[in-house]
Amino acid sequence: MFDADIWQEIFSTIRKNKLRTFLTGFSVAWGIFMLMVLLGSGNGLQNGVREEFADNAVNIMWLWTGETSIPYKGLKEGREIRFNNEDYDFLTTRAEDVDQVSSRFYLRGDITYSYGKEYGSFTTSTCYPALQEMERVRLTQGRFINDLDMREFRKVIVIGDDIRKALFKEEDPLGKYLKVGSVPFKVIGVSLDPGSEENRQAYMPFTTAQRLFAGGNRVHSFAVTTKMVTTAADAEAIDQRVRQSLAQRHNFDPEDRRAMGSYNMLTDYIRTMKIFQAIKLFVWIIGIGTLIAGIVGVSNIMLILVKERTREIGIRKALGASPMSVIGLVLLESILITTVAGYLGLVMGVGLMEGVNFGLEQMMAGGGGEQIFFRNPTVDFNTALAATAILIMAGALAGYIPARRAANVKPIEALRDE
Amino acid sequence: MIALNQLHKSYVTGNNALHVLKGIDLEIGAGEFVSVMGSSGSGKSTLLNILGILDDYDQGSYYLDGKLIREMNETKAAITRNQMIGFVFQSFNLISFKNARENVALPLYYQKVSRRKRNQIAMEYLDRFGLKEWADHLPSELSGGQKQRVAIARALISQPKIILADEPTGALDTATSFEVMDILREVNDQGITVIIVTHEHDIAAMTKKIIRLKDGLIGETIINGELKMYRERVKSETPFSYV
Repeated sequence: MFDADIWQEIFSTIRKNKLRTFLTGFSVAWGIFMLMVLLGSGNGLQNGVREEFADNAVNIMWLWTGETSIPYKGLKEGREIRFNNEDYDFLTTRAEDVDQVSSRFYLRGDITYSYGKEYGSFTTSTCYPALQEMERVRLTQGRFINDLDMREFRKVIVIGDDIRKALFKEEDPLGKYLKVGSVPFKVIGVSLDPGSEENRQAYMPFTTAQRLFAGGNRVHSFAVTTKMVTTAADAEAIDQRVRQSLAQRHNFDPEDRRAMGSYNMLTDYIRTMKIFQAIKLFVWIIGIGTLIAGIVGVSNIMLILVKERTREIGIRKALGASPMSVIGLVLLESILITTVAGYLGLVMGVGLMEGVNFGLEQMMAGGGGEQIFFRNPTVDFNTALAATAILIMAGALAGYIPARRAANVKPIEALRDE
Repeated sequence: MIALNQLHKSYVTGNNALHVLKGIDLEIGAGEFVSVMGSSGSGKSTLLNILGILDDYDQGSYYLDGKLIREMNETKAAITRNQMIGFVFQSFNLISFKNARENVALPLYYQKVSRRKRNQIAMEYLDRFGLKEWADHLPSELSGGQKQRVAIARALISQPKIILADEPTGALDTATSFEVMDILREVNDQGITVIIVTHEHDIAAMTKKIIRLKDGLIGETIINGELKMYRERVKSETPFSYV
């Protein structure tokens, strides 16, 4: 099937019909080009939105308290609900849906940070070591808070890059002591969130803060990560179960969102990703539709070709060509045209998307493009591979009917002198 | 070599059945030089197609070299054609985008002979018919006589037992026709059975046996010595019967 003769014959027919071959190939190339551009754009949009979620773990959930707004079990509304350290123990050990937990204790009023002559007012986030992973805190220097800091109530602090700039200027902040209010804290790390305009937040051990600022066992809010699930309904159910268990502990109606507020990122994330899956499916349907139009074109051309070559096929059969060899001749030509044309379309489509990606990256590097909901609009290797497989199959499909017809050519009719 | 026994063939188109061959009994021995004649519609093309395993028949039997040829599948028919039969056509039926050598070599391609080997053999056959210098020419660059010689070379290259020629001189002028007939006679002299379908009496007269078909039956068979008589009778016939 793959000897030189068959290729020589295929190329000689292609040479005889240059324009027609080109037009046919073009429709296939266009189909695959559009498929690649659409898929790339879909990916770009999805990556852009995913980037929006990248500031936190996608399965993060925040819980905070307020006053009850619904009477519950004979208790009046307007009660203040307070989390405490037992809730932390409960969430870490007994709540099945919860993975990691970080408690937070809010410092009252404006806390002034000062170092030497420099000072400023910044936000303090008190937390557990787990928060680094949960809120994707990236460090440019030093380390994050660890378990030992927690146990020993160490006065250590991780400062945002803006705090470093404001207080330390060019100085290396690591190991230096800055004052939070009047208490000196040792700087152990510098954090930087490149996606955010604000790096005015500092992290200190929750235990230290609670003891130092007279918190008793009070906890203001929790950040937790939940079990990963794949449907929005499951994510919603987790949210419900966590609410119910805490409502039971503090005697309030689980539906009372004023008593305890909660936000579950996973539900939104899953919903958004579902939309993109739908878009992706849609893109494939359109792309394949375009491709089918191209394939029908190839099939059409091959049919005409077979009709034109009826006599030649008749001669070949009279001389001893088996039906298989005739099928091979037509099928290989069809596969050749679709594969070569399709591959060109593939390369052009992928090339265009890579070009767009390059442009976007240049823009990002230049500082702009923060508002663009479009990242890395490229098609991965597996998709390109799948598209290539589809192409070859498409070629075979396009050639099949004409090839069958060629194989069924009756030499008598083909050779009849008109 | 060829034995036909009560061979029937009809073509069905819609509700009409056209009974073309109505019981042909025919024996052609190895090495014979036969022509088949008959007016159009007498069934001579149908007979040739059946002999060439290009078409099947309805009833009776066809033995080729002792082997029953009946309801063969396409692949098997193709192999048998390739090994046993060489075809020569009125309109030559050379493949237009292949040069003379490639055309001659084609049957060997289907026998899976290597490219170099079959080109070499093709050159020998072209040389035999005085076409060596034309090996690289396309059919469109050859004269009618040259084309038919290429076609005969192609028919012979697979060393068949039988040559079936359908109006081999129909598209040629008289002088070239005689040339081609000379070649076919030479081929026959080497022991290959040659069967020619023609409606030209002078061409038929150059063969050793004439089979006349009439309305799907063998009207008469004229052999060797009778040919002289036949020729005389042909002269006395009206030109009208030539058709």
